[in-house]
Amino acid sequence: MAETFREAYGGSADYVLSDELRGAVNIAVALEKPLLIKGEPGTGKTMLARSIADALGKELIVWSIKSTTKAQDGLYHYDTVQRLYDSQFGEGDVKDIARYIKLGRLGEAFTSADRAVLLIDEIDKADLEFPNDLLWELDQMEFYIPETKETVRAASRPIVVITSNAEKELPDAFLRRCIFHYIAFPEPEQMERIVRVHYPDLEDALVAAAIEKFYELRGIGDLQKKPATSELLDWLLALSLSGIPAERLAAEIPFLGVLLKKNEDTDTYQEVQEKGYSLRGFKRPPG
Amino acid sequence: MFLAFFYLLKARGLRPSIHQWMTLMDALSRGMGGASLTGFYALCRAVLLTNEADFDRFDEAFLEFFRDVALGEDIPPEFLDWIAESPRVRDLDDRDEIWDSLVSYKELLKRLEERLLEQKERHDGGTYWVGTGGASTQGHGGFHEQGIRVGGEGRHGNALAVAAAHRYRDFREDEVLGVRQFQTALRHLRQYSSRDTAARTELDLPGTIDGTAANAGTLKLVYERPRVNTVKLLVLFDCAGSMEPYARLANRLFQAVSRANHFKDTRFYYFHNSVYDKLYRTAECITGDWVDSDYVLRLLDGEYRLVIVGDANMAPYELFMKSGIAVRGIYSGEPSIDRLRRFRRRFGHAVWLNPIPRARWSSQRGHETIAAIGDIFPMHELTLGGLDKAIRELLTRPAQM
Repeated sequence: MAETFREAYGGSADYVLSDELRGAVNIAVALEKPLLIKGEPGTGKTMLARSIADALGKELIVWSIKSTTKAQDGLYHYDTVQRLYDSQFGEGDVKDIARYIKLGRLGEAFTSADRAVLLIDEIDKADLEFPNDLLWELDQMEFYIPETKETVRAASRPIVVITSNAEKELPDAFLRRCIFHYIAFPEPEQMERIVRVHYPDLEDALVAAAIEKFYELRGIGDLQKKPATSELLDWLLALSLSGIPAERLAAEIPFLGVLLKKNEDTDTYQEVQEKGYSLRGFKRPPG
Repeated sequence: MFLAFFYLLKARGLRPSIHQWMTLMDALSRGMGGASLTGFYALCRAVLLTNEADFDRFDEAFLEFFRDVALGEDIPPEFLDWIAESPRVRDLDDRDEIWDSLVSYKELLKRLEERLLEQKERHDGGTYWVGTGGASTQGHGGFHEQGIRVGGEGRHGNALAVAAAHRYRDFREDEVLGVRQFQTALRHLRQYSSRDTAARTELDLPGTIDGTAANAGTLKLVYERPRVNTVKLLVLFDCAGSMEPYARLANRLFQAVSRANHFKDTRFYYFHNSVYDKLYRTAECITGDWVDSDYVLRLLDGEYRLVIVGDANMAPYELFMKSGIAVRGIYSGEPSIDRLRRFRRRFGHAVWLNPIPRARWSSQRGHETIAAIGDIFPMHELTLGGLDKAIRELLTRPAQM
């Protein structure tokens, strides 16, 4: 009964991904369900959508979610004010309501002639009810515009990638409709490949030493904000631009501020350097 | 065949929906899992799970079902010997509430794993560990009956054991009470007003019609300020040791309140046992990192809604006597109960949320102080129902003290 399943997406040259993530993408593409990507900041959640679009040769439509974004914004906007003004000054054909309907990002993805990749970025930024308001639209890939009595229906269902930083919990009903993948923080070997994709020309010794220091730093338990991939990449760039040799990294961390962004974290690091440990995470209530 | 796996997942506390299961079947029939167990595993995980916090639990269930390796068989014999000894070793009387903080499947399975490792390394040192958590861990690791029996036998007929078993069920219900549900409940706490100085972005329809009419029919658009929530919130958290069993629950409420962005202002302070001269700025209650309670009373106007989260469980002298404060070297000139009364008078809208289930308020240790504080503040249990009631109370001003 089972036909052979052919994977559509095999990764792209500038994006390093695990087998599991590639599998999840292909499952989502084949089942035509949204792919929900969670993970620490800086693990390349947003980059994934671009990689999928590049690899499959599709158009990428990005819908960045803000705290004020409403579900309706993604569907369409009926510019009543413009129409009123036009009617006052006798400009254009105000009888044609369709002229004043402007599609949102979701609408664009639906009407795209070719199958598009739609990235709904940081969905957890929006209001609590936001994901629930999109259930029908994402399920059926269609919505109705009462003003023009038209139904916008996706000719070919877009590949939907949704990212979340887990700032808010998402509703169950929404989660159940998604294919879920959690991007774990990359292991050192994978990190080296990621670095190589970005900076193919860096000295091997420097990259190795920097990655070692980087994971050592992440290993400090009490950091409030652990450095992520993007910080490592910035740091490597800073190191190579200022010509710091790999040997120096053994003794100290130049440009520590690129990796640790919080004062408390810098203090914690200093303490670990001096005493070998830090008790900042163990403050107990008195009494 | 796989349907049994579905029910096993449910039994292990995961909540795959039928919809998700059908999706999995669809994917399988299209050959997406490949021929390998690894592929099948990845497929199941992607389709059935929605939260990385469930991965651990899923792994356990998957192993249990597909490798036919029951978790119980992995338990070394010494461990079982130890269980037989446990009733003698354990002294649970003083730490009965520890049970509450342990019973989560993921946590339990993790602890069991850790403990099995530990056991090999230092056989003697395991007493305390397994004494508090081990019995219940066993209950979920495939030795359910045995574990419970072991935990209960030592105090057969003792009310504590009965209560422990009962509270465990309660906790499973509370487990459902996630941050999201708190958030949803908190959304009801709002009172709209447009007095604020926001930008005028909303079309004022009557104003526009009037304006257009006055303008001899030429369109004149009038905008008004959107209405915003004016509720301001002051939250006081108890961080004393007796709150520790409820730390997770209290923490969820804290998360929900601090993430809620629909309040005009939210302020958090912390206290230890009860409110004395000082309120701490952080949950660690560090001496010196505090503000005067009187300062808070002066600074915040009566418009603030006061929510106090605490178990109100302390020794009577801590509440009723001068210098009742339990922290050494700090003097409090006013009995805490009087200070609580002043808070109550200042903030007309005030509630006390107590993580201890209501049924135990009149019987458990600290019932005197719970009753006394309950006379001052309307007290509700820290559950979804209790929070709903509390929010209703915060919106309608109750009778002044």
